[in-house]
Amino acid sequence: MKPFPAAGGSAHSTAPAGAAPQDPRALSDGLAAQAAELYSALSPEARTAQTLPQLLWARAAGPDRHRPALRHKEFGIWNQITWEEYAQYVRWTAQGLLALGLKPGETVAVIADNIPEWYYMELAAQAIGAVVAGIYQSSVAREVAYGVQATGAVLVLAEDQEQVDKLLEVRDQIPQVRRVIYEDPRGMRRYRDDPWFLSFQELLELGKAYGGQHPDAVDRLVAQGDPDAVCLMCFSSGTTDLPKPVMLTHRNVLAMGRHFTAIEGFRPGDDYLSFLPLAWMGEQMMAVATGLVAGFTVNCPEEVETIDHDLREIGPHLIFSPPRVWEAQMRQIRVKMEDSTWLKRQVFHWGLHVGLKVADLRFAGQPVPLSLKLLHRFFHFALYRLVQDRFGFLRLRKAYTAGAALGPDVFRFFHALGVNLKQGYGQTETSGIFCVHRDGDIKFETVGTPFPGVEVKVSDQGEIMVRGEIVCRGYYGRDDATQAAFTDGWLHTGDAGYIDPDGHLVIIDRLQDVMRTQGGEVFSPQFIENKLKFSHYIKEAVVFGDGLPYVAALINIDAATVGKWAEDRRISYTTYLDLSQKPEVARLIREEVARVNARLKPEHRIRRFALLYKLLDADDEELTRTGKVRRTLIAQRYRPLFEALYDGRQEVPVRTTFHYQDGRVQELEVRVAIQSLTGEEAQDGLPAAAAG
Amino acid sequence: MPHQLEIRGLHLSFGGLRALVDVNLHVDTGELVAVIGPNGAGKTSLINCINGFYRPQAGTIAFEGRDITRLPPHAVAALGIARAFQNVELFRGMSVLENLTLARHLHLRYGLAHALAYYGRAQAEEAANRRFVEEILDFMELEPYRHQVVGTLAYGVQKRVEMARALCLEPRLLLLDEPMAGMTVAEKEDMARFIIDVNEERGTSIILIEHDLHVVMDLSSRVYVLNFGRVIASGPPQEVARDPRVVEAYLGSEQAGEPA
Repeated sequence: MKPFPAAGGSAHSTAPAGAAPQDPRALSDGLAAQAAELYSALSPEARTAQTLPQLLWARAAGPDRHRPALRHKEFGIWNQITWEEYAQYVRWTAQGLLALGLKPGETVAVIADNIPEWYYMELAAQAIGAVVAGIYQSSVAREVAYGVQATGAVLVLAEDQEQVDKLLEVRDQIPQVRRVIYEDPRGMRRYRDDPWFLSFQELLELGKAYGGQHPDAVDRLVAQGDPDAVCLMCFSSGTTDLPKPVMLTHRNVLAMGRHFTAIEGFRPGDDYLSFLPLAWMGEQMMAVATGLVAGFTVNCPEEVETIDHDLREIGPHLIFSPPRVWEAQMRQIRVKMEDSTWLKRQVFHWGLHVGLKVADLRFAGQPVPLSLKLLHRFFHFALYRLVQDRFGFLRLRKAYTAGAALGPDVFRFFHALGVNLKQGYGQTETSGIFCVHRDGDIKFETVGTPFPGVEVKVSDQGEIMVRGEIVCRGYYGRDDATQAAFTDGWLHTGDAGYIDPDGHLVIIDRLQDVMRTQGGEVFSPQFIENKLKFSHYIKEAVVFGDGLPYVAALINIDAATVGKWAEDRRISYTTYLDLSQKPEVARLIREEVARVNARLKPEHRIRRFALLYKLLDADDEELTRTGKVRRTLIAQRYRPLFEALYDGRQEVPVRTTFHYQDGRVQELEVRVAIQSLTGEEAQDGLPAAAAG
Repeated sequence: MPHQLEIRGLHLSFGGLRALVDVNLHVDTGELVAVIGPNGAGKTSLINCINGFYRPQAGTIAFEGRDITRLPPHAVAALGIARAFQNVELFRGMSVLENLTLARHLHLRYGLAHALAYYGRAQAEEAANRRFVEEILDFMELEPYRHQVVGTLAYGVQKRVEMARALCLEPRLLLLDEPMAGMTVAEKEDMARFIIDVNEERGTSIILIEHDLHVVMDLSSRVYVLNFGRVIASGPPQEVARDPRVVEAYLGSEQAGEPA
């Protein structure tokens, strides 16, 4: 494995592999110093607390104790819970858990929406040295049983009758569960006689009574808190395997929260709306760990269905959402504008155009001309602020997306409207996040720069490896998986990627989906295909290069857009086959490919491509029903074309059958041209393309 | 112990058409009673008699020991009998919140002078009413629609608003006229849960009008079957379902089985 060289100007650096310290997890001195310097921006309690409950206790006794820690909308009114009250509820809950006989190291599972009780239960369990594990509210009974079994939970907090019914359905499979605590008593009257159940209110009462006899039991346990004790289990995303419970310690999540807060400048008084499942590490990381470190206010929505309204009422300063939420929001804005009056539409389109121009200049790090600046200022008041207001973004300072790649068009759209949207990267195993775009240093093909106190390197296989305080202890009850996930203290992320010259981390794809050229260069065919398909003129693309000298592609033009393009230029054509082989069309697509090449690493650039004379079709088994290309089958079916991509010929004769709509079949011979991108094009892209 | 609602010998006719003939029915406090029957059997007429829309020609209706046979609808409502209509009867141009708040007017005690001054008693009462309305919104899971105009909502949601409006009257007896008519299967299941919850959590007695026997089987403790204005059977749902007269009334004309 080769450590990746640190990039100039970036705060990030890596330790040489040979000088690894004794403890494989310990930071090298240089990184520790950098992290310490970063932490100096934090408040004293955030710097010194060893565990999450200690931090809560410190906040509840500190100068901010009367500030809101949580807010929850109930019966149409936002109710505020101060840090002092928050700690008090946690203390009662923790006393209740002690009264129920919960021991340190045992686990409490939670199946609930983002309600204050989730937070009370989490911090209470952690206060007495126990662990909390979230199970997604949408899980079916079978998945709930798995979640409870896999985490070994002995107590469960279930929100309502719906969740309780799931537990009842699988009760015989989870015999280790001693009690089930429910938050919403509605519909629970039939279960009242069952000693398995207990309401949250009853738990608090139990806790108050216990506190009367043992007034400082919880305080003592909090003071004794072990920073290296597991405090949280979140399930890793299980795309191939069953999801595995990831064990995170106080040290892990606090390191993450400190980095994130110090870098991004979150502060008390900021508002955050917590609307994604707390069983997901992304929400845990924002709402619990970062929330405690930064001391901002976490707002719990009224219902899942009222989030849009709640968002507008709260007007958060920071938002963290997966790409699908941003995509949906962009669509919503566009649809609403299309339904709007003519004048508003014109203002929107013009304003968006100006916004995109300014955003693109800023992305490129170029100065914005004064005239454009003035125009941008005008639209700031005439459009951007108004749209922001509609969506509750008026006070928004930082917006994040993570979990998957977000399309550049979505990125540009939100930046054009003045939303500071940034990409983050991390996994459950790394406490949620260790890379983020810094303000003013946003490149939408990257996931930002790593945290200073985190070491990142790329293995010889092209896999991203991480080490540092944020990295988890492993998987609960799955030593085999834990062993497989670590090499010499470095965590395998399972993602292929590289660090670009600016020190930004670029994710190529999941390691299992990437290919390697003969030269050993790792590339993601889907990544390149998606970039190609981003062109309006390209309908489908199939990228080759596994074990081959370079990357090449077969491309399907989009009949509608290319047809329109040809008509506009008075280029006559008959069939798709005819259109696809026009030299003018070849030139058009060549420009598009060059444009894509310009944004790719030189080794990933497409050297040669050919235009397919037939649309790839799921009916012909060339695509799956979900629209994925069947690469091997296509390579075989279009063998002469595929071979010509790599043997240097300029043109190749292909025999094909043409099916008329009336059922007649005709044999045709087509001479398909193979397009080569010259050295300059392959390396730098066309001059015209680079400017666009 | 006397029944909460007691109907004896009820007769109602429109000219020559006999809508109800010698109907006897009772509901005990906290009971969920279903009245079923084919279309035109007189189910809605019965409810109209109870809440004062129709004046029966003979018979008595007593609610909590008081004769309400000749009382006008608003007086019946004031006594604690609320009704949700089969065809949603809401102000379509107003929001859900406004519709529900309006239904609370019965419980407003302040006069014009207080209203003009507003601060003090009127404000306190308005706040208490809003609180009550919010509890009903929460109970019927209508929070997402709070500020939406009723006319723009899906039919299934409108039916829920209709029931919420009735609940805002704080009734001790709730009359539900085909609350599930025209709903999808999923909406029906949701509505069935709301009906059970109103009955069990809030302790409200309910008369549920329904033409589908299957719907009421799991919901109600007792069922009355009406056919051509007469009660042809009554008792626990399982017993009633086996009654040959009921089978005939329901299935006689339809060999295929399922009543529509």
